[in-house]
Amino acid sequence: MRSKFDSPIVLLGSRLLAPYIMLFGWYVIIHGHYSPGGGFQGGALLAASVLLIRISGGRVISRLQIQEFATTPLAIVGVVLYFGTGLVAMIMGGNFLDYAYLPIPGMEADWLRYTGMLIIEVGIGLAVMAILIMIYDNMVKGEDHA
Amino acid sequence: MKALKISILVLFAAVLIYASADLPMRGDPDNLMHAEESITGTTVKGSYFIQNAYRDARTPNMVTVVLGDYRSIDTFGEQVVIYTAGLITLLVLRVTRNRRNDEE
Repeated sequence: MRSKFDSPIVLLGSRLLAPYIMLFGWYVIIHGHYSPGGGFQGGALLAASVLLIRISGGRVISRLQIQEFATTPLAIVGVVLYFGTGLVAMIMGGNFLDYAYLPIPGMEADWLRYTGMLIIEVGIGLAVMAILIMIYDNMVKGEDHA
Repeated sequence: MKALKISILVLFAAVLIYASADLPMRGDPDNLMHAEESITGTTVKGSYFIQNAYRDARTPNMVTVVLGDYRSIDTFGEQVVIYTAGLITLLVLRVTRNRRNDEE
């Protein structure tokens, strides 16, 4: 439903900006081993790129991107990715979240820790993105022009 | 009243500035938090992290190693806190909306 607040210029600008913000968010998450950044900051950037479309486009257009019912499972996937990494390491004989025991063949302990940190950063990023989108969706629910 | 507020602020700023004169210099290697051993005789964990972060995890960013490896259970707690905040938003706002619909 198009309301009188819709502006094609704002929507076009948001459509131009949002993919680059999302790409930069993934860059901040994945490049967090070498530069400032990490899961929380990258997740906030990913959420910013999704919320930009939600604010400027309205409910119908934002339904094409990430639907409202998909945010809660996405957050659960993020938390379970983190917890599962620690649990697998514990099952394989180490302590909880001791990445050196992850069952990835052909890697030394230090590179296993590197990979484990990358996995948990992606988990944090997914959870933070989904939670921020979820908070926005719940706050504007019931208002048609939002 | 406004003069009282301003004077309280100025007084507080003076206390803070006076206290900051006792802080150790930034980057001084002789500081207590950079020492190998604290004044009570126990080893300082921070010096271990600084010396062994790259050897343990092959990651140049020391902050990521501390956040993701040495202190990963703390980070897991942070993630659970964010998750709980999102779920509570879901619960609180959804209940309010249903009640409003019932009254109508």
